[in-house]
Amino acid sequence: MATESSSPTGSTGAADRRTWRRPTAFRNRYTKWAVYGAVLALIAWSVASLRITPGRFLSGIGYGYELIDSMLPPETGSEYTLRLFDRMIETIAMAMVATVAGIAISLPVAFGAAENISPKPTYYLSRGTISATRAIDGLIVAIIAVIALGFGPLAGIVAISFKTIGFFSKLFAEDLEDIDMGGVEAVRATGASRFQSLVYGVVPQVVPRFAGLAVYRWDINIRSSTIVGIVGAGGIGVLLQRAYQRYEYDYVAAILVAIIAVVLVAEFVSAVVRRRVQ
Amino acid sequence: MAGATREWSRFDARERLFRIGGVLVAVAVVVGSWEWLDMSLQYVTTAPAQVGDLFGRMVPPDWGYLPNAVGPLAETIQIAVVGTIAAVAMAAPVAYITAENTTPNRATYALGKFIVTVSRSVHTIVWALLFVVMFGPGALAGTVATAVRSIGFLAKLLGEEIEEIDFGQVEGVRATGASPAQLLVYGIVPQIKPALVGLSVYRWDINVRAATILGFVGAGGIGVQLFEAIDSFAWRTVSALLIAILGVVLVSEGVSAYARRKVR
Amino acid sequence: MLETENLGKTYPTGDEALRDVSVRIDGREVVAMIGPSGAGKSTFVRCINRLVEPTTGSIRLDDTELTALDDDELRDARRNIGMVFQEYNLVERLTVMENVLSGRLGYVSNWAALRRNFPPEDVERAYELLELVGLNGMEDKRVDELSGGQRQRVGIARAVVQEPKILLADEPTSSLDPETSRDVMELLTDIADDRDVPVLINIHEVDLAEAYADRILGLHAGELVFDGSASNLTDESKGVIYRGEEPPESTATDPDWLSGPDDESSARNGQDAGSDRLPAED
Repeated sequence: MATESSSPTGSTGAADRRTWRRPTAFRNRYTKWAVYGAVLALIAWSVASLRITPGRFLSGIGYGYELIDSMLPPETGSEYTLRLFDRMIETIAMAMVATVAGIAISLPVAFGAAENISPKPTYYLSRGTISATRAIDGLIVAIIAVIALGFGPLAGIVAISFKTIGFFSKLFAEDLEDIDMGGVEAVRATGASRFQSLVYGVVPQVVPRFAGLAVYRWDINIRSSTIVGIVGAGGIGVLLQRAYQRYEYDYVAAILVAIIAVVLVAEFVSAVVRRRVQ
Repeated sequence: MAGATREWSRFDARERLFRIGGVLVAVAVVVGSWEWLDMSLQYVTTAPAQVGDLFGRMVPPDWGYLPNAVGPLAETIQIAVVGTIAAVAMAAPVAYITAENTTPNRATYALGKFIVTVSRSVHTIVWALLFVVMFGPGALAGTVATAVRSIGFLAKLLGEEIEEIDFGQVEGVRATGASPAQLLVYGIVPQIKPALVGLSVYRWDINVRAATILGFVGAGGIGVQLFEAIDSFAWRTVSALLIAILGVVLVSEGVSAYARRKVR
Repeated sequence: MLETENLGKTYPTGDEALRDVSVRIDGREVVAMIGPSGAGKSTFVRCINRLVEPTTGSIRLDDTELTALDDDELRDARRNIGMVFQEYNLVERLTVMENVLSGRLGYVSNWAALRRNFPPEDVERAYELLELVGLNGMEDKRVDELSGGQRQRVGIARAVVQEPKILLADEPTSSLDPETSRDVMELLTDIADDRDVPVLINIHEVDLAEAYADRILGLHAGELVFDGSASNLTDESKGVIYRGEEPPESTATDPDWLSGPDDESSARNGQDAGSDRLPAED
């Protein structure tokens, strides 16, 4: 080896120079350019059809200054603040009830969607339910709920519970699939029934994860319940929508600050509780 | 009971008290919430029937309407595409100042956290309300709302990725005498590229879903048609549109999952 | 030729990692720096290409005073110093070839680096080095697919493709199994011979140092306490290096000895003895 390489550059003429090109992550270079081209075409097509022009954009920025100007300072009159508090409590109450209701409905779906526990037909049915509830945005659900059930917090609770199903069942089913089946078999082997083996073999393994997920979803539900009021489904969003329609932008600002504060507190509480239970 | 001298229970007394207390508080809060909301139980018992009735009026879906939905569905995807790209461009510097190991000083760090928090705490639809005031109704407001809402998400996760960078790899390149630009291209970009591409595609997929509702406040997309149909109680059109939305969302979810699997 | 004079490093925490280290390395010698962990071996090697800024003293590479350089000049100087790392420090998501060619970054524009467009002679040299380190045909593999031994070979190829005036190796074998460690040491000594370049290896395995190095530097608590040929490394000198024992009277007459950590004049003697020894080996 040593003698071979003693004059590395001298031994090689220009004729037998090797070349190197960076290998592509795609199947070949043509695929690579095709993918890049397709992505660029998609972007170009999008920009073109949305007709986003610098002029429109800049004049919008100008209005932005006016908007911010009319938002400041936020409305803090006592009557306004009182209404804000009232609606905020409603918002939190909605999130509480919706979380409990949503999780109650999610539990059977989650067990049904756990491949290691549930029989095949149930599994597919549950997975289908999860996909469908996840794909439709919460606000669309809320609008339909408002039409079906009338204005007010009930529509919001139904919408938020509905969105909870997809999220909670999916993640909880994944936790159920991760459990150690050895323990379940051991309990089974003692002659326990299917239900008993669930209680003794499965439940203890997943209780901490369950609690963590529940709190996490509660945090997300607080966010959602601040919004559903925009379509009339109760909570602080109702106030936001009303202030917006009356051009009371200073009140809009106050409501937004309140929403951000509540969301942050919920996020913090959820993080602390999750750290403790897991 | 005969001869039972030892007792066993799963938790000791204090722990049990703590657990029971926690459950009681939770129950009390939920019951209190229910009371506060002041909804009559009768209302709740009729709800399933009313929802069922609504679904009954939705079948069969009015497939004939769907050709009219192609344009708005395309616009929904376009809003997500442009919104996501704009968000990535704006999120990159924010991620840089939000990552503890690259932020220049405490003030920039705080600024980064502030942008992330505000962007994430305000829902797309609220951003859309504000931008409709600025840009007027239409897809531009929806695109900007989508972008602004996505900055926080992208900057937060990208910032976490930057915090994970292995500086040994950067040091190895630096030791060869590379320039700062080369360090970036050779030592840093390869480390965050998979995350950047993966997160962007993932956020695009979330944004497709979020863009379906922008129409409610007049910010473009399929939502405009959907809410017109709802307002005119054209339930069979609504169900056809919902199924179309479901299809688009599932396809973009599939594309996004495929792309993220490929990039590593 | 590398020469450090009274090199010292005190970290902002107040830890004095290096004190008055004066060393001269020349020709094609293989120099191993040994010492207990925390003795300052890594700090010394990293001070040479200023990955760690020394606080006192000077470093000369041929006629360039490295401590006086500004950022641009330092980058140019670093091109002449190859470095092999304990944890390889390769860009793991790039291919073997990209990593080897990164040794030539100092010679190409930013734009060329972005497009991975290196001059053909660099590519040819990279191929030859991959053959030399036994990685032929692996150029398009990603580094994160390689074993530790293979990664270290890529690291060596990256350092050598720089055509450095000195090769530094910071614990190149610590992350490897014993057999691979010997292969890597052999490779480094071969390179010193073939390329006519001095190699400074900092290493904690004394047996490897004795087996492969021409000359050994012993560091204890940031000070140079031994500088001599591998054959002069006695049990007593190991005691001095690893346990900080006072050198016994009998060995103090050895010309390679430093009689005391603070004694600068004898430190010079030690170096001279080390470098004087070289021509004899040729």
